[in-house]
Amino acid sequence: MTAGLWTNWLLPGVWITIQLTLYSAVFAAVVAFGIGMARTSRLWIVRFLTGFYVEVFRGTSALVLMFWLFFVMPLAFHYQLVPMWAAVLALGLTYGAYGSEIVRGAIAAVAPAQREAAIALSFTPAQRMRRVILPQAIPEMIPPFNNLLIELLKATALVSAVSVADITFAAQLSRLATGDSLQIYAIILVLYFVLAFVLTRLMRLLERRAKAGIGQAPVTSGKGPLLTRKLSARQETEQSSNTITAGGAQ
Amino acid sequence: MNWNWDVAKDFLPELGKGLLITLEATALGSVLAFALGLVWAMAFRSPTRFVRWPVAAVVEFIRNTPLLVQLFFFYYVLPTWDIKFSALTTGVIALGLHYSTYTAEVYRAGIDGVPKGQWEAATALSLSRRRTWTAVILPQAIRRVVPALGNYVIAMLKDSPMLALIGVVDMLQKARAEGASSFQYIEPYTMVGIAFIVIAYPASLLMRALERRLGH
Repeated sequence: MTAGLWTNWLLPGVWITIQLTLYSAVFAAVVAFGIGMARTSRLWIVRFLTGFYVEVFRGTSALVLMFWLFFVMPLAFHYQLVPMWAAVLALGLTYGAYGSEIVRGAIAAVAPAQREAAIALSFTPAQRMRRVILPQAIPEMIPPFNNLLIELLKATALVSAVSVADITFAAQLSRLATGDSLQIYAIILVLYFVLAFVLTRLMRLLERRAKAGIGQAPVTSGKGPLLTRKLSARQETEQSSNTITAGGAQ
Repeated sequence: MNWNWDVAKDFLPELGKGLLITLEATALGSVLAFALGLVWAMAFRSPTRFVRWPVAAVVEFIRNTPLLVQLFFFYYVLPTWDIKFSALTTGVIALGLHYSTYTAEVYRAGIDGVPKGQWEAATALSLSRRRTWTAVILPQAIRRVVPALGNYVIAMLKDSPMLALIGVVDMLQKARAEGASSFQYIEPYTMVGIAFIVIAYPASLLMRALERRLGH
Protein backbone atom coordinates (compact mmCIF):
# COMPACT_ATOMS: atom_id res chain seq x y z
CA MET A 1 0.00 0.00 0.00
CA THR A 2 1.18 3.51 -0.76
CA ALA A 3 2.39 5.25 2.34
CA GLY A 4 0.40 8.46 1.97
CA LEU A 5 -2.86 6.72 1.22
CA TRP A 6 -4.23 6.70 4.74
CA THR A 7 -3.00 10.02 6.10
CA ASN A 8 -3.52 12.10 2.99
CA TRP A 9 -6.75 10.82 1.57
CA LEU A 10 -8.66 8.19 3.47
CA LEU A 11 -8.59 9.59 7.01
CA PRO A 12 -9.74 13.11 6.03
CA GLY A 13 -12.35 11.38 3.85
CA VAL A 14 -13.61 9.34 6.80
CA TRP A 15 -13.89 12.53 8.82
CA ILE A 16 -15.87 14.26 6.05
CA THR A 17 -18.22 11.25 5.80
CA ILE A 18 -18.78 11.30 9.57
CA GLN A 19 -19.47 15.03 9.52
CA LEU A 20 -21.84 14.69 6.58
CA THR A 21 -23.72 11.87 8.30
CA LEU A 22 -24.03 13.83 11.55
CA TYR A 23 -25.10 17.14 10.00
CA SER A 24 -27.54 15.49 7.60
CA ALA A 25 -28.94 13.32 10.39
CA VAL A 26 -29.53 16.33 12.64
CA PHE A 27 -31.08 18.32 9.82
CA ALA A 28 -33.19 15.33 8.75
CA ALA A 29 -34.33 14.79 12.35
CA VAL A 30 -35.47 18.43 12.63
CA VAL A 31 -37.33 18.14 9.33
CA ALA A 32 -38.77 14.75 10.29
CA PHE A 33 -40.16 15.95 13.63
CA GLY A 34 -41.40 19.26 12.20
CA ILE A 35 -43.15 17.71 9.23
CA GLY A 36 -44.24 14.57 11.07
CA MET A 37 -45.99 16.55 13.79
CA ALA A 38 -47.40 19.08 11.33
CA ARG A 39 -49.02 16.23 9.41
CA THR A 40 -51.25 15.56 12.40
CA SER A 41 -52.42 19.19 12.32
CA ARG A 42 -56.11 20.07 12.39
CA LEU A 43 -55.73 22.58 9.54
CA TRP A 44 -56.15 20.91 6.15
CA ILE A 45 -53.81 23.36 4.47
CA VAL A 46 -50.95 22.40 6.79
CA ARG A 47 -51.66 18.72 6.22
CA PHE A 48 -51.84 19.27 2.47
CA LEU A 49 -48.59 21.25 2.22
CA THR A 50 -46.61 18.89 4.42
CA GLY A 51 -48.07 15.89 2.57
CA PHE A 52 -47.04 17.50 -0.71
CA TYR A 53 -43.53 18.05 0.60
CA VAL A 54 -43.23 14.42 1.69
CA GLU A 55 -44.50 13.01 -1.61
CA VAL A 56 -42.21 15.24 -3.67
CA PHE A 57 -39.06 14.45 -1.73
CA ARG A 58 -39.84 10.77 -1.36
CA GLY A 59 -40.67 10.64 -5.04
CA THR A 60 -37.49 12.06 -6.45
CA SER A 61 -34.01 10.63 -6.38
CA ALA A 62 -31.53 11.96 -3.81
CA LEU A 63 -28.77 12.05 -6.40
CA VAL A 64 -30.86 14.05 -8.86
CA LEU A 65 -31.82 16.44 -6.07
CA MET A 66 -28.15 16.87 -5.21
CA PHE A 67 -27.26 17.67 -8.82
CA TRP A 68 -30.19 20.05 -8.94
CA LEU A 69 -29.06 21.93 -5.84
CA PHE A 70 -25.49 21.95 -7.11
CA PHE A 71 -26.02 22.97 -10.75
CA VAL A 72 -29.48 24.50 -11.08
CA MET A 73 -29.83 26.57 -7.92
CA PRO A 74 -26.84 28.85 -8.63
CA LEU A 75 -28.20 29.57 -12.13
CA ALA A 76 -31.86 29.83 -11.31
CA PHE A 77 -31.72 31.70 -8.02
CA HIS A 78 -28.20 33.16 -8.14
CA TYR A 79 -27.52 31.52 -4.85
CA GLN A 80 -24.71 29.04 -4.52
CA LEU A 81 -24.14 26.73 -1.61
CA VAL A 82 -20.79 25.31 -0.60
CA PRO A 83 -20.79 21.72 -1.99
CA MET A 84 -20.78 20.28 1.52
CA TRP A 85 -23.92 22.19 2.49
CA ALA A 86 -25.66 21.49 -0.79
CA ALA A 87 -25.07 17.83 0.00
CA VAL A 88 -26.33 18.17 3.57
CA LEU A 89 -29.40 20.03 2.32
CA ALA A 90 -30.21 17.36 -0.29
CA LEU A 91 -29.68 14.46 2.13
CA GLY A 92 -31.49 16.20 4.99
CA LEU A 93 -34.52 17.09 2.89
CA THR A 94 -34.79 13.60 1.37
CA TYR A 95 -34.24 11.65 4.56
CA GLY A 96 -36.29 14.16 6.54
CA ALA A 97 -39.22 13.30 4.29
CA TYR A 98 -38.70 9.57 4.92
CA GLY A 99 -38.24 10.21 8.64
CA SER A 100 -41.40 12.28 8.92
CA GLU A 101 -43.38 9.16 8.03
CA ILE A 102 -41.71 7.35 10.91
CA VAL A 103 -42.58 10.20 13.29
CA ARG A 104 -46.15 10.31 12.03
CA GLY A 105 -46.54 6.55 12.35
CA ALA A 106 -45.14 6.45 15.88
CA ILE A 107 -47.35 9.34 17.00
CA ALA A 108 -50.39 7.62 15.50
CA ALA A 109 -49.43 4.40 17.31
CA VAL A 110 -49.65 5.98 20.80
CA ALA A 111 -52.77 4.61 22.50
CA PRO A 112 -55.73 6.98 21.96
CA ALA A 113 -56.57 6.75 25.67
CA GLN A 114 -53.30 8.56 26.45
CA ARG A 115 -54.32 11.48 24.29
CA GLU A 116 -57.81 11.51 25.77
CA ALA A 117 -56.42 11.41 29.30
CA ALA A 118 -54.20 14.39 28.51
CA ILE A 119 -57.20 16.28 27.14
CA ALA A 120 -59.23 15.38 30.24
CA LEU A 121 -56.42 16.81 32.38
CA SER A 122 -56.74 19.98 30.26
CA PHE A 123 -53.18 19.90 28.94
CA THR A 124 -52.60 22.36 26.12
CA PRO A 125 -51.88 20.73 22.71
CA ALA A 126 -48.18 21.59 23.13
CA GLN A 127 -48.02 20.06 26.61
CA ARG A 128 -49.90 17.02 25.34
CA MET A 129 -47.32 16.49 22.61
CA ARG A 130 -44.30 17.17 24.83
CA ARG A 131 -45.33 15.50 28.07
CA VAL A 132 -47.52 12.60 26.96
CA ILE A 133 -47.28 11.66 23.29
CA LEU A 134 -43.63 12.15 22.38
CA PRO A 135 -42.13 10.37 25.43
CA GLN A 136 -44.09 7.28 24.40
CA ALA A 137 -43.62 7.68 20.67
CA ILE A 138 -39.87 8.31 20.63
CA PRO A 139 -38.74 4.87 21.88
CA GLU A 140 -40.82 3.33 19.09
CA MET A 141 -39.17 5.57 16.52
CA ILE A 142 -35.62 4.57 17.32
CA PRO A 143 -35.43 1.17 15.55
CA PRO A 144 -36.79 2.49 12.23
CA PHE A 145 -34.63 5.60 12.64
CA ASN A 146 -31.68 3.28 13.05
CA ASN A 147 -32.41 1.68 9.67
CA LEU A 148 -32.87 5.10 8.11
CA LEU A 149 -29.59 6.31 9.58
CA ILE A 150 -27.77 3.43 7.88
CA GLU A 151 -29.48 4.37 4.61
CA LEU A 152 -28.33 7.94 5.18
CA LEU A 153 -24.76 6.85 5.85
CA LYS A 154 -24.82 4.89 2.60
CA ALA A 155 -26.31 7.85 0.76
CA THR A 156 -23.45 10.12 1.84
CA ALA A 157 -21.35 8.29 -0.76
CA LEU A 158 -23.36 10.20 -3.37
CA VAL A 159 -21.69 13.48 -2.41
CA SER A 160 -18.51 12.32 -4.15
CA ALA A 161 -20.42 13.03 -7.38
CA VAL A 162 -20.57 16.74 -6.54
CA SER A 163 -16.88 16.71 -5.57
CA VAL A 164 -17.12 16.67 -1.80
CA ALA A 165 -13.99 14.88 -0.60
CA ASP A 166 -15.60 12.04 1.36
CA ILE A 167 -14.33 8.43 1.54
CA THR A 168 -15.68 7.53 -1.89
CA PHE A 169 -14.06 10.60 -3.44
CA ALA A 170 -10.76 9.72 -1.75
CA ALA A 171 -11.07 6.25 -3.21
CA GLN A 172 -11.55 7.68 -6.69
CA LEU A 173 -8.46 9.85 -6.37
CA SER A 174 -6.45 7.02 -4.99
CA ARG A 175 -7.61 4.68 -7.76
CA LEU A 176 -6.49 7.21 -10.35
CA ALA A 177 -3.13 7.60 -8.62
CA THR A 178 -2.28 3.97 -7.94
CA GLY A 179 -4.57 2.01 -10.24
CA ASP A 180 -5.12 -0.53 -7.48
CA SER A 181 -8.92 -0.67 -7.60
CA LEU A 182 -9.44 -3.89 -5.71
CA GLN A 183 -7.47 -2.89 -2.64
CA ILE A 184 -8.87 0.61 -2.34
CA TYR A 185 -12.53 -0.30 -2.90
CA ALA A 186 -12.30 -3.30 -0.59
CA ILE A 187 -10.88 -1.04 2.13
CA ILE A 188 -13.58 1.59 1.87
CA LEU A 189 -16.40 -0.97 1.72
CA VAL A 190 -15.10 -2.31 5.02
CA LEU A 191 -14.84 1.24 6.38
CA TYR A 192 -18.49 1.93 5.54
CA PHE A 193 -19.51 -1.34 7.14
CA VAL A 194 -17.62 -0.49 10.33
CA LEU A 195 -19.27 2.93 10.44
CA ALA A 196 -22.70 1.34 9.98
CA PHE A 197 -21.92 -1.13 12.74
CA VAL A 198 -20.86 1.61 15.16
CA LEU A 199 -23.98 3.66 14.37
CA THR A 200 -26.20 0.63 15.01
CA ARG A 201 -24.56 -0.04 18.37
CA LEU A 202 -25.04 3.60 19.39
CA MET A 203 -28.69 3.53 18.35
CA ARG A 204 -29.28 0.27 20.28
CA LEU A 205 -27.84 1.98 23.34
CA LEU A 206 -30.14 4.94 22.82
CA GLU A 207 -33.10 2.62 22.35
CA ARG A 208 -32.37 0.79 25.58
CA ARG A 209 -32.20 4.04 27.51
CA ALA A 210 -35.34 5.48 25.91
CA LYS A 211 -37.28 2.30 26.63
CA ALA A 212 -36.02 2.19 30.21
CA GLY A 213 -37.21 5.80 30.55
CA ILE A 214 -40.83 4.72 30.07
CA GLY A 215 -40.42 1.48 32.01
CA GLN A 216 -40.15 -0.97 29.13
CA ALA A 217 -37.69 -3.81 28.97
CA PRO A 218 -35.18 -3.59 26.14
CA VAL A 219 -35.98 -5.72 23.11
CA THR A 220 -33.94 -8.87 23.22
CA SER A 221 -33.06 -9.25 19.58
CA GLY A 222 -31.71 -12.70 20.39
CA LYS A 223 -29.51 -14.39 17.84
CA GLY A 224 -30.12 -11.80 15.18
CA PRO A 225 -27.44 -10.80 12.73
CA LEU A 226 -25.21 -7.82 13.36
CA LEU A 227 -27.19 -5.02 11.83
CA THR A 228 -30.42 -5.80 10.06
CA ARG A 229 -33.42 -6.33 12.27
CA LYS A 230 -35.73 -9.25 11.68
CA LEU A 231 -39.14 -7.89 10.82
CA SER A 232 -42.46 -9.57 10.10
CA ALA A 233 -43.94 -9.50 6.60
CA ARG A 234 -46.16 -6.63 7.61
CA GLN A 235 -43.32 -4.61 9.06
CA GLU A 236 -41.21 -5.26 5.97
CA THR A 237 -43.98 -3.83 3.84
CA GLU A 238 -44.24 -0.85 6.13
CA GLN A 239 -40.52 -0.30 6.21
CA SER A 240 -40.23 -0.52 2.46
CA SER A 241 -43.05 1.95 1.93
CA ASN A 242 -41.72 4.08 4.77
CA THR A 243 -45.08 4.39 6.42
CA ILE A 244 -43.56 2.63 9.35
CA THR A 245 -45.61 2.30 12.51
CA ALA A 246 -42.34 1.93 14.34
CA GLY A 247 -40.24 -1.21 14.78
CA GLY A 248 -41.91 -3.16 17.53
CA ALA A 249 -45.21 -1.28 17.79
CA GLN A 250 -47.88 -3.86 17.19
CA MET B 1 -35.75 31.88 -12.41
CA ASN B 2 -35.18 31.95 -16.15
CA TRP B 3 -36.94 28.92 -17.49
CA ASN B 4 -36.69 28.48 -21.24
CA TRP B 5 -39.42 26.35 -22.82
CA ASP B 6 -37.45 25.94 -26.06
CA VAL B 7 -34.59 24.26 -24.21
CA ALA B 8 -37.10 22.09 -22.39
CA LYS B 9 -38.72 21.08 -25.67
CA ASP B 10 -35.37 20.27 -27.26
CA PHE B 11 -34.37 18.16 -24.30
CA LEU B 12 -37.60 16.15 -24.23
CA PRO B 13 -36.58 13.51 -26.85
CA GLU B 14 -33.27 13.00 -25.05
CA LEU B 15 -35.13 12.62 -21.77
CA GLY B 16 -37.31 9.99 -23.43
CA LYS B 17 -34.27 8.00 -24.55
CA GLY B 18 -32.75 8.28 -21.08
CA LEU B 19 -36.03 7.18 -19.52
CA LEU B 20 -35.97 3.96 -21.55
CA ILE B 21 -32.51 3.13 -20.22
CA THR B 22 -33.55 4.04 -16.67
CA LEU B 23 -36.59 1.77 -16.92
CA GLU B 24 -34.53 -0.99 -18.55
CA ALA B 25 -31.95 -0.87 -15.74
CA THR B 26 -34.71 -0.89 -13.11
CA ALA B 27 -36.59 -3.77 -14.75
CA LEU B 28 -33.51 -5.97 -15.25
CA GLY B 29 -32.22 -5.07 -11.80
CA SER B 30 -35.58 -6.06 -10.30
CA VAL B 31 -35.54 -9.44 -12.01
CA LEU B 32 -32.05 -10.09 -10.67
CA ALA B 33 -32.97 -8.82 -7.19
CA PHE B 34 -36.10 -10.98 -7.05
CA ALA B 35 -34.25 -14.10 -8.16
CA LEU B 36 -31.11 -13.66 -6.06
CA GLY B 37 -33.11 -12.56 -3.02
CA LEU B 38 -35.03 -15.82 -3.16
CA VAL B 39 -31.77 -17.75 -3.30
CA TRP B 40 -30.48 -15.91 -0.20
CA ALA B 41 -33.79 -16.38 1.64
CA MET B 42 -33.77 -20.12 1.00
CA ALA B 43 -30.11 -20.32 2.01
CA PHE B 44 -31.07 -18.66 5.34
CA ARG B 45 -33.17 -21.75 6.03
CA SER B 46 -30.53 -24.22 5.02
CA PRO B 47 -30.11 -27.06 7.52
CA THR B 48 -26.35 -26.53 7.71
CA ARG B 49 -24.77 -23.50 9.28
CA PHE B 50 -21.88 -23.70 6.83
CA VAL B 51 -24.36 -22.31 4.31
CA ARG B 52 -26.43 -20.12 6.63
CA TRP B 53 -23.61 -18.13 8.24
CA PRO B 54 -21.57 -17.17 5.19
CA VAL B 55 -24.71 -16.21 3.28
CA ALA B 56 -25.97 -14.11 6.21
CA ALA B 57 -22.58 -12.40 6.51
CA VAL B 58 -22.37 -11.59 2.82
CA VAL B 59 -25.95 -10.31 2.75
CA GLU B 60 -25.34 -8.10 5.80
CA PHE B 61 -22.17 -6.73 4.27
CA ILE B 62 -23.74 -5.89 0.92
CA ARG B 63 -26.81 -4.40 2.54
CA ASN B 64 -24.90 -2.09 4.85
CA THR B 65 -22.40 -0.66 2.39
CA PRO B 66 -23.19 1.98 -0.23
CA LEU B 67 -24.52 0.91 -3.62
CA LEU B 68 -22.40 3.59 -5.27
CA VAL B 69 -19.17 2.10 -3.95
CA GLN B 70 -20.28 -1.39 -4.98
CA LEU B 71 -20.98 0.01 -8.42
CA PHE B 72 -17.46 1.41 -8.64
CA PHE B 73 -16.10 -1.84 -7.29
CA PHE B 74 -17.70 -3.85 -10.08
CA TYR B 75 -16.94 -1.27 -12.73
CA TYR B 76 -13.24 -0.92 -11.92
CA VAL B 77 -12.28 -4.22 -10.31
CA LEU B 78 -14.00 -6.81 -12.53
CA PRO B 79 -12.08 -5.75 -15.69
CA THR B 80 -8.80 -6.33 -13.84
CA TRP B 81 -9.91 -9.97 -13.50
CA ASP B 82 -10.63 -10.05 -17.23
CA ILE B 83 -14.38 -10.02 -16.68
CA LYS B 84 -15.66 -7.36 -19.01
CA PHE B 85 -19.24 -6.14 -19.07
CA SER B 86 -20.84 -3.05 -20.54
CA ALA B 87 -21.56 -0.20 -18.12
CA LEU B 88 -25.28 -0.99 -18.22
CA THR B 89 -24.72 -4.67 -17.42
CA THR B 90 -22.38 -3.76 -14.58
CA GLY B 91 -24.97 -1.33 -13.28
CA VAL B 92 -27.76 -3.88 -13.46
CA ILE B 93 -25.63 -6.46 -11.63
CA ALA B 94 -24.72 -4.01 -8.85
CA LEU B 95 -28.29 -2.74 -8.52
CA GLY B 96 -29.74 -6.25 -8.55
CA LEU B 97 -27.19 -7.62 -6.10
CA HIS B 98 -27.62 -4.70 -3.69
CA TYR B 99 -31.40 -4.90 -3.68
CA SER B 100 -31.36 -8.70 -3.49
CA THR B 101 -30.22 -8.25 0.11
CA TYR B 102 -33.40 -6.26 0.75
CA THR B 103 -35.68 -8.67 -1.09
CA ALA B 104 -34.01 -11.55 0.79
CA GLU B 105 -35.27 -10.07 4.07
CA VAL B 106 -38.68 -9.57 2.53
CA TYR B 107 -38.90 -13.18 1.36
CA ARG B 108 -37.53 -14.32 4.72
CA ALA B 109 -40.32 -12.43 6.48
CA GLY B 110 -42.89 -13.91 4.10
CA ILE B 111 -41.57 -17.44 4.60
CA ASP B 112 -41.50 -16.99 8.39
CA GLY B 113 -45.14 -15.91 8.18
CA VAL B 114 -46.27 -19.22 6.67
CA PRO B 115 -47.83 -21.21 9.54
CA LYS B 116 -45.80 -24.14 10.80
CA GLY B 117 -48.73 -26.46 10.08
CA GLN B 118 -48.15 -25.94 6.36
CA TRP B 119 -44.63 -27.36 6.64
CA GLU B 120 -45.90 -30.25 8.73
CA ALA B 121 -48.73 -30.94 6.30
CA ALA B 122 -46.22 -31.01 3.44
CA THR B 123 -44.11 -33.49 5.39
CA ALA B 124 -47.18 -35.57 6.25
CA LEU B 125 -48.10 -35.75 2.57
CA SER B 126 -44.47 -36.76 1.95
CA LEU B 127 -43.99 -34.04 -0.60
CA SER B 128 -40.43 -33.72 -1.80
CA ARG B 129 -38.36 -30.77 -0.61
CA ARG B 130 -38.72 -29.17 -3.97
CA ARG B 131 -42.51 -29.62 -4.08
CA THR B 132 -42.83 -28.29 -0.53
CA TRP B 133 -41.15 -25.07 -1.55
CA THR B 134 -42.70 -24.54 -4.95
CA ALA B 135 -46.24 -25.76 -4.30
CA VAL B 136 -46.87 -25.00 -0.63
CA ILE B 137 -44.54 -22.46 0.98
CA LEU B 138 -43.56 -19.98 -1.71
CA PRO B 139 -47.04 -19.35 -3.16
CA GLN B 140 -48.25 -18.37 0.31
CA ALA B 141 -45.09 -16.53 1.30
CA ILE B 142 -44.74 -14.42 -1.82
CA ARG B 143 -48.36 -13.36 -1.96
CA ARG B 144 -48.13 -11.44 1.27
CA VAL B 145 -44.89 -9.66 0.41
CA VAL B 146 -45.75 -8.46 -3.10
CA PRO B 147 -46.29 -4.85 -1.94
CA ALA B 148 -42.93 -4.82 -0.16
CA LEU B 149 -41.20 -6.15 -3.27
CA GLY B 150 -42.97 -3.50 -5.34
CA ASN B 151 -41.76 -0.79 -3.01
CA TYR B 152 -38.18 -1.93 -3.51
CA VAL B 153 -38.66 -1.70 -7.26
CA ILE B 154 -39.56 1.96 -6.73
CA ALA B 155 -36.51 2.36 -4.51
CA MET B 156 -34.36 0.84 -7.27
CA LEU B 157 -35.83 3.25 -9.77
CA LYS B 158 -34.78 6.13 -7.53
CA ASP B 159 -31.29 4.68 -7.09
CA SER B 160 -30.80 3.99 -10.79
CA PRO B 161 -29.40 7.51 -11.54
CA MET B 162 -26.24 6.33 -9.78
CA LEU B 163 -25.57 4.31 -12.91
CA ALA B 164 -24.91 7.63 -14.66
CA LEU B 165 -21.76 7.92 -12.57
CA ILE B 166 -20.24 4.90 -14.34
CA GLY B 167 -21.38 6.25 -17.69
CA VAL B 168 -24.72 4.56 -18.32
CA VAL B 169 -26.71 6.93 -20.52
CA ASP B 170 -29.82 7.16 -18.38
CA MET B 171 -31.95 10.25 -17.69
CA LEU B 172 -29.41 11.86 -15.36
CA GLN B 173 -26.55 11.22 -17.79
CA LYS B 174 -28.59 12.81 -20.57
CA ALA B 175 -29.07 15.89 -18.37
CA ARG B 176 -25.35 15.99 -17.56
CA ALA B 177 -24.47 15.69 -21.25
CA GLU B 178 -26.90 18.48 -22.11
CA GLY B 179 -25.38 20.69 -19.42
CA ALA B 180 -21.85 19.96 -20.60
CA SER B 181 -22.57 20.68 -24.27
CA SER B 182 -25.01 23.60 -24.16
CA PHE B 183 -24.54 25.00 -20.64
CA GLN B 184 -28.26 24.61 -20.12
CA TYR B 185 -28.60 23.16 -16.65
CA ILE B 186 -31.90 24.47 -15.32
CA GLU B 187 -34.35 22.71 -17.63
CA PRO B 188 -32.69 19.28 -18.02
CA TYR B 189 -32.06 18.68 -14.31
CA THR B 190 -35.49 19.98 -13.30
CA MET B 191 -37.17 17.78 -15.90
CA VAL B 192 -35.27 14.71 -14.73
CA GLY B 193 -36.28 15.43 -11.12
CA ILE B 194 -39.92 15.83 -12.11
CA ALA B 195 -39.82 12.69 -14.26
CA PHE B 196 -38.85 10.66 -11.20
CA ILE B 197 -41.72 12.08 -9.14
CA VAL B 198 -44.16 11.53 -12.00
CA ILE B 199 -43.20 7.84 -12.18
CA ALA B 200 -42.57 7.10 -8.51
CA TYR B 201 -45.66 8.74 -7.03
CA PRO B 202 -48.33 6.83 -8.99
CA ALA B 203 -46.27 3.66 -8.54
CA SER B 204 -46.22 4.12 -4.78
CA LEU B 205 -50.00 4.76 -4.79
CA LEU B 206 -50.40 1.51 -6.72
CA MET B 207 -48.35 -0.35 -4.12
CA ARG B 208 -50.41 1.12 -1.29
CA ALA B 209 -53.60 0.02 -3.06
CA LEU B 210 -52.13 -3.44 -3.57
CA GLU B 211 -51.21 -3.56 0.09
CA ARG B 212 -54.78 -2.81 1.12
CA ARG B 213 -56.09 -5.32 -1.42
CA LEU B 214 -53.90 -8.17 -0.28
CA GLY B 215 -54.78 -7.19 3.27
CA HIS B 216 -52.68 -8.27 6.20
